[in-house]
Amino acid sequence: MEFFERFAVPHPSPLIYASMVAIGLTVIAIMAGITYFKKWGYLWREWLTTVDHKKIGIMYIISALLMLFRGGADAVMMRLQTAVPENSFLDAQHYNEVFTTHGIVMIIFMAMAFIIGLMNFAVPLQIGARDVAFPRLNAISFWLYFAGAMLFNISFVIGGSPDAGWTNYYPLASNDFSTSVGVNYYNWALQISGIGTLMTGINFIVTILKMRAPGMKLMKMPMFTWSALITNIIIVFAFPVLTIALLMGTFDRQFATHFFTTGDGGMDMMWANLFWVWGHPEVYILILPAFGIYSEVISTFSRRNLYGYKSMVASMVIISLLSFFVWVHHFFTMGQDALTNSIFSVTTMAIAIPTGIKIFNWLLTMWKGKIEFTVPMLYSVAFIPLFTIGGVTGVMLGMASADYQYHNTMFLVAHFHNVIIPGVVFAMLAGLTYWWPKMFGFKLNERIGKWGFWNLTIGFCLAFFPMYITGLDGQARRMYTYSEATGFGPLNMLSFLGAGIMAIGFIFIVYNVYYSFRYAPRNVGDDPWNARSLEWATHNPVPEYNFAITPQVNSSQAFWDSKKHGHQLFNKDDLKEIHMPNNSGLPIIMAGLFFVFGFSFVFYIWPGVILSGIGILACMAYRSFEKDDGYHISIKEIKETEDKFGGAK
Amino acid sequence: MNMNHTQPLEYSTEQNKMNILGFWIFLGAEIMLFATLFTSYFVYENRTGNGPSGAEIFEITPVLFETIILLTSSFTIGLAIHAMRINRSKAMLVFLGVTLLLGAAFLGIEIYEFVHYYHVGATLQTSAFTAILLTTLGTHGAHVTFGLFWGLFILMQIKKRGLTAETANKSFIFSLYWHFLDVVWIFIFSFIYLKGMM
Amino acid sequence: MKLKLTLLSLVFTIFTVLIGCEPLLVLDPKGPQAATTANVIWISIATMAFIVIAVFVLLVFVLFKYRASKQSKDYEPPHIEGNKYVEGIIVGIPVLIIIFLSIVSVKSTYEVESVPEGYENQDPIVIYASSSNWKWHFSYPEQDIETVNYVFIPTNQPIEFRLYSHGPITSFWIPQLAGQKYAMADMITTINLAAETPGEYMGRNANFSGEGFAENTFNVTALSNDEFDTWVDEIHDTAEPLTEDEFNELLEPGHLGQMTYTGTHLDFSPAPEGEHGGHDHGPELETDSSSDHGNSEHNNHE
Repeated sequence: MEFFERFAVPHPSPLIYASMVAIGLTVIAIMAGITYFKKWGYLWREWLTTVDHKKIGIMYIISALLMLFRGGADAVMMRLQTAVPENSFLDAQHYNEVFTTHGIVMIIFMAMAFIIGLMNFAVPLQIGARDVAFPRLNAISFWLYFAGAMLFNISFVIGGSPDAGWTNYYPLASNDFSTSVGVNYYNWALQISGIGTLMTGINFIVTILKMRAPGMKLMKMPMFTWSALITNIIIVFAFPVLTIALLMGTFDRQFATHFFTTGDGGMDMMWANLFWVWGHPEVYILILPAFGIYSEVISTFSRRNLYGYKSMVASMVIISLLSFFVWVHHFFTMGQDALTNSIFSVTTMAIAIPTGIKIFNWLLTMWKGKIEFTVPMLYSVAFIPLFTIGGVTGVMLGMASADYQYHNTMFLVAHFHNVIIPGVVFAMLAGLTYWWPKMFGFKLNERIGKWGFWNLTIGFCLAFFPMYITGLDGQARRMYTYSEATGFGPLNMLSFLGAGIMAIGFIFIVYNVYYSFRYAPRNVGDDPWNARSLEWATHNPVPEYNFAITPQVNSSQAFWDSKKHGHQLFNKDDLKEIHMPNNSGLPIIMAGLFFVFGFSFVFYIWPGVILSGIGILACMAYRSFEKDDGYHISIKEIKETEDKFGGAK
Repeated sequence: MNMNHTQPLEYSTEQNKMNILGFWIFLGAEIMLFATLFTSYFVYENRTGNGPSGAEIFEITPVLFETIILLTSSFTIGLAIHAMRINRSKAMLVFLGVTLLLGAAFLGIEIYEFVHYYHVGATLQTSAFTAILLTTLGTHGAHVTFGLFWGLFILMQIKKRGLTAETANKSFIFSLYWHFLDVVWIFIFSFIYLKGMM
Repeated sequence: MKLKLTLLSLVFTIFTVLIGCEPLLVLDPKGPQAATTANVIWISIATMAFIVIAVFVLLVFVLFKYRASKQSKDYEPPHIEGNKYVEGIIVGIPVLIIIFLSIVSVKSTYEVESVPEGYENQDPIVIYASSSNWKWHFSYPEQDIETVNYVFIPTNQPIEFRLYSHGPITSFWIPQLAGQKYAMADMITTINLAAETPGEYMGRNANFSGEGFAENTFNVTALSNDEFDTWVDEIHDTAEPLTEDEFNELLEPGHLGQMTYTGTHLDFSPAPEGEHGGHDHGPELETDSSSDHGNSEHNNHE
């Protein structure tokens, strides 16, 4: 029994028991459902072993939506707890766990996954490629992310959630002050999914640099592809820092070293520095692809080419460089001298310049356009003013002296939600709606989509604008409760209402998926939005080989040129047999072993660590010896498929 | 498979070119990884707590041997790739084998070095300095260990399948990896050992 | 669109009303340091409002003028690559704004990091403020007294708070007197401030530090010089001396009321500065590493 005691949750509550039952029942129901409908084989062949970038992209997005639900539930619980003074819905410990998991789940397992999912789906299509450069590695990336996400999510029913905030500052996160295994979960879940993300970064850089269609010079790439390229470069340079920081954290907690704990030379400030050296580029990893999506959507629905293409690219490059030189602004108050703070204050505010250029370029793209308010466009149009507010409050936070007052307050919370929700979340929903016909061959319902949009936007304003005020009135973040005398009550109630409206918006979006699957017309054609870039030149949904014939490109909007200016995208003589990669079960098996490895490490189960570690290495050895040349699709098969999709392109 | 015979075997297919570019980018990430370790090392260098400092525990002899051995192995892997380019698979296998043996010798001395640190009371738990020292050396050592297995697998594959576009590609990438580990070691040698002993 | 505008204006009205009826703590300074930050905040709000309004106006204009429903069916939007002058303007104006704000930021950062203006010639009163889970200990080495969870300071005199922590990183914050600064275990950080109006102010730890974080507050009372001296004398007459055992008990995780002692803990448990600093030899932490983190010991010693 002693062995099993370690898995008990240290602070159980009815809510947690209820979630345990709910999780158990859901898993059983899903398993039973798959067995009943005899879908295991289909699932294994078509999805779990797939190396197709489109399917991997869709799996990323499904996982991200699940995580959005989990993180959203956390958010609603937090807002509910703080809606009235002295509330006792959650106690301090639970509240701490909830905001910690909310942060991690939303940033790492929701936003990152959503962004990478959309990149997976759209980037190879936008550059006219068959797949990514390393399809097998791509599958490994996804399954490692998934293993990390699952490992993190079981923490609250097995052993206890991390409770030191998503920033996980030491010494609070050390064994002395965070006694459950929660922070071990944090270390391993982030480590495992982080390795996956790093591999994605390498994969996409090579894909974009090497696999572009003939004629597509770098400066003729669609803007989303540009943003993906820069994002992945940031990933490759930022994630190794997190790898080391997490390794040091693991050593501190599990092998009693003294990196971040005080005593014997350890230094708590080191974690804060390493974390934010990764953490600040991380927020640009999220926002740059969002900028890319907005560029595509705004240009498409304004029926105009993107204004200032070159300055759009240049500003992203500048942002990516600056992102590595601003990390100290996350702790202006840590006691550095005024000179250091001044330097980082200026670099931080400097980021507003390239960002401002982008905002004005989008406005100028709409200028003289013919604007149609579809759902993706509504998200983009709402993004501009809301993100501007988020951006300028960011500049305010960047002023070091004033930051001494904003730091650690609800003002900061309002700011970063104000950039992440209208910036990243709106972009993902816009991108999802925009590329939905490409994924599934029909559009999401516009009416329900608009209901979702308005609820989210109005809910967002109500939930987060009041926080600017309470922050300036002295409400620190991460307080599980406050007294009536503080006067924070009414504004927090408003925030709770806003969170509720956002939740309703989310329900509309999910319902829209269901509704559209059942009722949406299937005859939307290959180009339902009258779009401009290459991905719309193939069929909806996309055949497994993407393009029957490799397209020829002459500008950043090749498809538009082929529609309007008679540019010939496909040369019929180029039809050749297509080389495709084989599916493989290795990625999911390896990720499963990583899951066991992480789980065993969290609980110090050394036999599990050793066995799964050997298993992982054995998988790599197997891969080294494996001969896998893929397979070829014959010209006859291609023609048949093309006919089925309604005529060769 | 599209082969381009005007280029060396390891670059002869599109996939090979992508593999090599991808590996260069991976090395970029590895540079960041070791840069983070070195930065942390410089921060913790003097934070020895109640434990020993670098000058007290570093021994020049094994470190010199490690350095010479690893430098030599970097030379022999270069010879192996040269042999591969002129299509002398026998010579290539010999040089690859020598490289791996030298790598194993390096690892043996490094294990001896770690045992020595343990005996003089410099363990992972002693102080922030010893922890970062052992973590940095250990990360490098783990890379070498991984490389030994990887190189061995490639050696076996070349024996079995001969020099093909695929095995040549793998060997070339492995040589990049091995050279990289050598470069990292030079940094370790200069900025950890020499700086610490002075 | 209209719906959104109405909504936004509604939200802004609510905000202005709320700001109107009671000044927000941060914007209601009672000392020179907080006054500096409040000024910076107002300057930045004004500048930023200008940008936000400019973007809003442009956006609304573009959306109204160029929406598809207003245009003829055969209108074909033109292809425009970019324009040097337009792009010059959209780079130039932000650059100017950022230069202006940078000057304000750098200047004010140096200000709040040094002794408040006009107080440079006076000797500051040194108060050590150290946090433990989840309390604040204030030690007055010159006055030789120590308080828990409340601090008295004289007005119109420079105060130098020396901050450190007996546990996790905390952030010392008296919004109406000065901005925050972290208190950490292995080094001292400093806040220089002065209070110019007598009164009671809210002080708290603003950096999340575990279970009792929300209640990790303290009271600040600013009173005149004479009253302050009387208060010190009174303590010397009435309060018990602080012993090492007593202090170690105070450090146990939990919450305490306000307490007063003569003597300071600095005598037997020195602050991490000088030879006790954490640079080379980290101090042995006096935290209890056993597991009282979990069981919420909200005991009240009062």
